[in-house]
Amino acid sequence: MPQIIEEYDVCVVGAGHAGCEAALACARLGLETIIFTVSIESIALMPCNPNIGGSSKGHLVREVDALGGQMGINIDQAFIQSKMLNVSKGPAVHSLRAQADKAKYSQLMRNTLENTEHLTLRQAEVTELMVEDGRIQGVKTFSGAIYHSHAVVLCTGTYLKSRCLFGDVVNHTGPNGLQPANYLSDSLKKHGVELFRFKTGTPARIDKRSIDFSQMQEQKGDEKVVPFSFTTDPEDVQINQVSCWLTYTNEKTHEIIKNNLDRSPLYSGIIEGTGPRYCPSIEDKVVKFSDKERHQVFIEPEGLYTNEMYVGGMSSSLPEDVQYAMYRTVAGLENAKIVRNAYAIEYDCINPRQLYPTLEFKGIKGLFSGGQFNGSSGYEEAAAQGLVAGINAAMFVLGREPLVLDRSEAYIGVLIDDLVTKDNKEPYRMMTSRAEYRLLLRQDNADLRLSRKGYEIGLISQQRYDRIVEKEALIEKEVERIQHVNIGASKKVQELLVQHGSTPLNAGSTIAELIRRPELCYEDLEEIDPDRPKLWKDVIEQVNIHVKYDGYIKRQLKQVKEFKRLEHKKLPQDFDYGQVKSLRTEAVQKLNLYQPINIGQASRIAGVSPADISVLLVYMDQYGK
Amino acid sequence: MKTETIAAIATAMTNAGIGIIRISGEEAFQVIDRVYRSKKGDKRLSQAESHTVHYGYICDGENVVDEVMVLALRAPNTYTREDTIEIDCHGGTLVMRRILETVLKNGARAAEPGEFTKRAFLNGRIDLSQAESVMDLIQAKNDFALECSMHQLQGKVKDKIQAVRGGILHEIAFIESALDDPEHISLEGYGDRLLEKVEGVVEEVNILLSSSENGVLLKEGINTVIVGKPNAGKSSLMNVLVGREKAIVTDIAGTTRDVLEEQINLNGITLNVIDTAGIREAVDQVEKIGVARTEEYLAAADFVVYVVDASLDLDENDKRILSLLGRGKKAVALLNKSDLLQVVTEERLREEMAKNRMDFPVISISAKEKTGIRQLEELIKELFFKGEICFNDEVYITSVRQKAALQSALDSLLLVKQSIVDGMSEDFYSIDLMDAYEELGSIIGESVGEDLVNEIFSKFCMGK
Repeated sequence: MPQIIEEYDVCVVGAGHAGCEAALACARLGLETIIFTVSIESIALMPCNPNIGGSSKGHLVREVDALGGQMGINIDQAFIQSKMLNVSKGPAVHSLRAQADKAKYSQLMRNTLENTEHLTLRQAEVTELMVEDGRIQGVKTFSGAIYHSHAVVLCTGTYLKSRCLFGDVVNHTGPNGLQPANYLSDSLKKHGVELFRFKTGTPARIDKRSIDFSQMQEQKGDEKVVPFSFTTDPEDVQINQVSCWLTYTNEKTHEIIKNNLDRSPLYSGIIEGTGPRYCPSIEDKVVKFSDKERHQVFIEPEGLYTNEMYVGGMSSSLPEDVQYAMYRTVAGLENAKIVRNAYAIEYDCINPRQLYPTLEFKGIKGLFSGGQFNGSSGYEEAAAQGLVAGINAAMFVLGREPLVLDRSEAYIGVLIDDLVTKDNKEPYRMMTSRAEYRLLLRQDNADLRLSRKGYEIGLISQQRYDRIVEKEALIEKEVERIQHVNIGASKKVQELLVQHGSTPLNAGSTIAELIRRPELCYEDLEEIDPDRPKLWKDVIEQVNIHVKYDGYIKRQLKQVKEFKRLEHKKLPQDFDYGQVKSLRTEAVQKLNLYQPINIGQASRIAGVSPADISVLLVYMDQYGK
Repeated sequence: MKTETIAAIATAMTNAGIGIIRISGEEAFQVIDRVYRSKKGDKRLSQAESHTVHYGYICDGENVVDEVMVLALRAPNTYTREDTIEIDCHGGTLVMRRILETVLKNGARAAEPGEFTKRAFLNGRIDLSQAESVMDLIQAKNDFALECSMHQLQGKVKDKIQAVRGGILHEIAFIESALDDPEHISLEGYGDRLLEKVEGVVEEVNILLSSSENGVLLKEGINTVIVGKPNAGKSSLMNVLVGREKAIVTDIAGTTRDVLEEQINLNGITLNVIDTAGIREAVDQVEKIGVARTEEYLAAADFVVYVVDASLDLDENDKRILSLLGRGKKAVALLNKSDLLQVVTEERLREEMAKNRMDFPVISISAKEKTGIRQLEELIKELFFKGEICFNDEVYITSVRQKAALQSALDSLLLVKQSIVDGMSEDFYSIDLMDAYEELGSIIGESVGEDLVNEIFSKFCMGK
């Protein structure tokens, strides 16, 4: 029988948020790339919440954008409401979150893929990895077709041997009833890959016409919308926004849930997978936080051309009749009609310890992976990993240096380092508290932090890069200038200060010193700073932050310097740590298992003590040369 | 803020004639400038030439700590190949310790176990062929320091630190969960609440710090373990030494089931006297645990007092004790109950000791009649001043390190207070709170790990 055999540089398996970024990165770098999906209609599908961004996730989107990824551009065109979260807090925790028109989001991404040069779309289920001598050769699909490639990126999301569950109903499908991928798991196992079983869940979608919004609080978007992408003109995102709605569960809701817990597949033991603690089902919340009288419920539109509304805060795997009963106890949902049931989904993913920080498999050269397949959760986490996996697959094929971002450079660095270095027992979600240098890793400076890397890789244009270089210079110059602009206690100055609720000066001051006052900012002082140059808005923003938080930023920079010392000390790969006699047994076992790329990573592995690190330093100094 | 300039006491921690405190690293000269005053008060050692000696004083603010000679040594011709300062002071544990603490307050940090040697090696000062022994030394010193900090820290102090830490973690988790999920958790009015809490924590850490000045925080001194079979008179001996009835003394064998501790001062020598459960084949579970702990204490002891019931013949229990003692421990055997009929004589005991190839002093006492106690005290003094028993200087260093960690924790907490007063937003509080949490953890040997994430998920209901 004649067989289809095709040749590509890179195969990307899966066209979700990770797969799209991976494939676009490879194709944009000029590599012949093919992307597989079980359904072309489900490209960049958002099977759960209808939003992009949020605390720390918004940072990831900005970073993806600064490196030349697509997510930020896509959501800027598909959003229907946007909010900057935590604006009353420090700049490090400001975070964008936008409601998406899901269908439009998906359509736009599909359109982008379809119109990218060097990129081929193919609807097919990949069933087998082809590996020879520890190196990837390509993939095989269900029909037996063979696709040879130098690198493969796995972004299978929640599709591997997935089952959807509610009550005693078990559907062997992917999310939204889509076709699962039932063969690839076995191929992975055959090649020695260790798999985990994780689960997650989603709430019901309810028909808008059956909701009484008069009993809910309206949640509007920001008046002035800030785009995600550094390339989007802020004027283009000032659109008419739609609202979300806030309501609450009550004691009646909780009572129904408690009375039916035994009918949940989670409690009856049908579900085997480990779920995420940050995204608990409503039954989990009611059990774990039994003292809470009510829980918030956000009713969010799924798009402009659908009546479906997402019931945020009430994901569940209870049986259909219980779902009806409990949703209908919520104020405004008394007559709710369910369009889609809430359900839990279980799937195979890998133990990400098997990956290098480049997201390449330690055991199989040329095989990379990203997204929920790596044990993470969330669209943004997926996109970030997909981009890095794609870039590194390309770097691998091109024989260039891989991209590894460390914990002091990006949330993406924190995300990947946590995944490959820590013991992950549940789907991993990004949080700002995981970033120890978060004052430096702000969403407002993602372009300054990462555009150079994106440019060097080849995903950021010369023009965009030039602007960043100029921006950097302008910030530096202006910060320097205002340290030296002296202000006397003139009548004009005192009046301006009083006008802004600030105490008048006793002695002279500088512009910079005044900006450090919490009630003042750079823009307020224009009148008393006549030599001020005309600057871009984003430059002014940086000047403000640099001056206001100078002390804190300097402290973190010092910590980073310390952190980098160990990060720069490389470790050999495939090394037997048993040779280092003075290491404790536990350290030897862990180091052999993880094969860290540098001493910094080694120091973050549980079970490796500071003394072990000292020993490693001495050992590598002598033998590692 | 961790610095890369380290300091430690370089001489043994005994009351010898002279002591040396060594500082090494980039900022060694800046540190010494902050604490050193020459006689006229005008000399700055950062201007001094390498390998010169300077007479003067170490001052903690306005207070003179000691009259010293300071050696200024510039890189690379030093042990670590870094800028190095050596402070030669009058010996005496208290003086050395105060100088080290002053140095630590002024920009250096306490050296990790084996860190001077590690640096000497990494900077190429030690021959490559020595790598193996350098690594062994680091690991061994570290194990010892870890053991010390565990053994030396008073149980109640550990509990206190754990409680304070738990409180701090809870606040961080609250702030972080609100930052993560601002629509579910509000920080409205939180600054004032936190200020109150932080003030409480600052007070608690201050109490811990001042108790560390009094030596209550950490037990320093010679770990003296009293061991013997049940009812040999260990508790009575301890009571005599301590001077009050602490252990329950009865005639029933096996009354002291756990371990009792007391610190006594013998002519300037601090002894941590640990009265243990009697070693015998344990009958019940509680006693078994007591015996197991006795064996642990024995292993960590600097000095062992073996109490023999002279009125009963040596039995299996005594043989077990002797075999446990056979590991090169400094010890004394006391033939107790000399007021009763002597069944075990010194000869008989020495015979048994010889079987285990042991030879240590034997004194006849009566804990009940308080005879022979003076001889015991004289013996301990003699052993100490001859240097036969001493305790490892790591104990001191560990305690200094722990105190420095308390101080850093306090500094971080004060920064939190400052941030609140300055009207900074909540995300800034949690950064310094986390530093305090980490520092306190280092005292009790606990790292941060996934603590925060776990606390957030277990205590606060997050959205989605």
